[in-house]
Amino acid sequence: MGGITRLPTVTATVPRTEIRAGVAGLADVGRDDRSLRRFLHGLPPVDEAGLELRSAELARRRVAGSAELQALDLAVSMVDLTTLEGADTAGRVRALCAQARRPDPANLEVPPVAAVCVYPDLAGVAAEALRGTPVQIAAVATAFPSGRASLPVKLADTALALDGGATEIDMVIDRGAWLSGRYGHVYDEIVAVREFIDGRAHLKVILETGELPGYDDVRRAAWLALLAGADVVKTSTGKTSPAATLPVVQVLLQAVRDWYRATGERRGVKAAGGIRRAPDAVRHLVAVREVAGPEWLTPALFRFGASSLLDDLLRRRRGVA
Amino acid sequence: MDWDYGVAREDAAGARLKPAYSPFVDGRFVGGGDPLTVHNPATGEPLTEVATAGAADVEQAIAAARRAQADWGTSPARRARRLFRFADVVAGRASEMALLEALDAGRPVRRARDDVSAVAAHLRSAAGWADKLEYAGLGPAPLPVGVVGVLVTGALPAVVRAVAPALACGNVVVLVPDPDAPLGALVLAEAGAEAGLPEGVLNVLPAGVLSGDVDAVAVTGPPAFCRDAARLAPGRPFHRRATGGLVQVVHDDAPLDQAVDGIVEALEGDQRVLVAESVADELVELLRERLARLRVGDPLDHNTDLGPLASPQQRDRAVALAAAADDEGARRWTGPAPLPERGWFLAPTVFTDVAPTMRIAREELAGPLLPVLTFRTPAEAVATAGAPRAAAVWTDKGSRALWTAQRLRAGVTWVNAVGRWDPAVPAAALADHLVF
Repeated sequence: MGGITRLPTVTATVPRTEIRAGVAGLADVGRDDRSLRRFLHGLPPVDEAGLELRSAELARRRVAGSAELQALDLAVSMVDLTTLEGADTAGRVRALCAQARRPDPANLEVPPVAAVCVYPDLAGVAAEALRGTPVQIAAVATAFPSGRASLPVKLADTALALDGGATEIDMVIDRGAWLSGRYGHVYDEIVAVREFIDGRAHLKVILETGELPGYDDVRRAAWLALLAGADVVKTSTGKTSPAATLPVVQVLLQAVRDWYRATGERRGVKAAGGIRRAPDAVRHLVAVREVAGPEWLTPALFRFGASSLLDDLLRRRRGVA
Repeated sequence: MDWDYGVAREDAAGARLKPAYSPFVDGRFVGGGDPLTVHNPATGEPLTEVATAGAADVEQAIAAARRAQADWGTSPARRARRLFRFADVVAGRASEMALLEALDAGRPVRRARDDVSAVAAHLRSAAGWADKLEYAGLGPAPLPVGVVGVLVTGALPAVVRAVAPALACGNVVVLVPDPDAPLGALVLAEAGAEAGLPEGVLNVLPAGVLSGDVDAVAVTGPPAFCRDAARLAPGRPFHRRATGGLVQVVHDDAPLDQAVDGIVEALEGDQRVLVAESVADELVELLRERLARLRVGDPLDHNTDLGPLASPQQRDRAVALAAAADDEGARRWTGPAPLPERGWFLAPTVFTDVAPTMRIAREELAGPLLPVLTFRTPAEAVATAGAPRAAAVWTDKGSRALWTAQRLRAGVTWVNAVGRWDPAVPAAALADHLVF
């Protein structure tokens, strides 16, 4: 609980910091509610029918043979192996970490997963179990999954994760604030968490797209998170349905692509929840390649948040190889 | 990371290509005249031969059709049953017919599969009308016209959009298929016979020249093709459905990503893009990025997005138009993907700084050539568009969509979509249309 004592004094107005270097013209957008609203509502709209049509087209790509084997390994290396249950124990997390390090003990060609994702209080257990491996320790924080807590509580939650050794923080946005149009509030919280992390971990921002009214909101929320300094925009907590769908992921990929075109900086996307089967994962890789670009086909820029996907990837891999 | 899908090539044997084809007359393939060599546009190599229909074949076909018409025209319930069966047979042979289109027309097999599905859907929709014509708003006991000559350039859906309603209404058809890709229509007729269409109801005459002995003519193709066809049967009812001439109007509030998808979707056709100047740079940048990732190549590869042009003449024409555009001062961008060494391929090409007076903006285009023109106001967009045969309007604002659609006066207009033919909607051009 050492993190609590290191908490900064949090006031109603969080000091705003500059957006990262290279973001010409965007630095001032987060100035206040009105400015954010003007910017976000000025983004090109998303046509639902067209978006879903394109997703269906992307899903028709045929990936077989060595290309599929490569895709499966790539997908494995992008998995954030997740357990987020009230019943999680240290033993369960250690077992998960063992699987994360060596997903298929019978086949050492299978790469380790990208990260293990746990609640903050178990970050320490995961860090211990993963010491000396390339596997990252991701912890959900900021009153996951609802996000219904005061900012000091959210920061304390983050502190707990960081103290445990988390290298990645998956925070949730305040959907209530978003839906009531208080964009500034959502923005401020992300900035506050980012400043609190202060470079000690990667920041993933969960938009919980299943609770947003439509694809336009998904695009706006993604941009708001990017403006506030998210390293990764993430679809869902996995606690609501629908979670990650191909159209939603497509919108996020468009956002990071457009961010790159505007700033020259590559940010990531995490598709979390609902992706359970290997072919589904491969379809997402196709979307990554064609919507954002091949440069995004790396665990640094694309992740799957999943618990059961890994097993299906390995099953499929054994069938293909 | 450098990950690609690899090749998912379908087995060409599935097309059940025959060494020779011939006119389909009176329910069977007949001898025909001088054989025409059909080439595979993806390789330029000879694919098969098609015997052309001579004057005698045409005469025989029209006579057979006339014999069949008396019965076909007076048995609506049977017509409906046969046409539903026809749709089922086509659906059952979908993969064969798609592969044949890929070989013959160079249509990427994935798209060809969609085409064949559309064919079945159109047949089904028309079949449903066959025994309900009295309720179709044509007045009591509407009568068929008789023998309809159908001339089509283009893929199978265009063929069936003309043929299916004619058959449903009790007419019989003498069809002259696309000279560059005649095989699909021949196999379609074969499928019709398999489904139990009576002999003579659907005849296919490759390279046939229709005589004036038909009762009506229906033509689908570019304007010049339609004009020529109009001379065939002077004084007869004439149904023209001019193709091509698609204009995509992209307003400043358009869903840009989806507009780009729509433009890419219609890439092979004759289309122009009119975009609001304030979003033009953004649109073109997104468009180039998307086109650069397009997979150009073997039509039999399930992952191919863009195949070759159907004939060397078409490619030469496209190359000449592109050169004219350079000459007139348009700026050219060419997709970076390497093209196959053989075959009649052309890389996706975008022209900007295009003025409405340039040839590239006015003439009929074939292949992946894409002129982009800009406009300052919606009124200017409408004026520049002229009277396009088809249009797509991209905007987030309903009132603007309606405003633009009304003034464009296109044969068919889509809003935030393109090429979504609904079999249930009769697609009549504004002028020259005839109800069968």
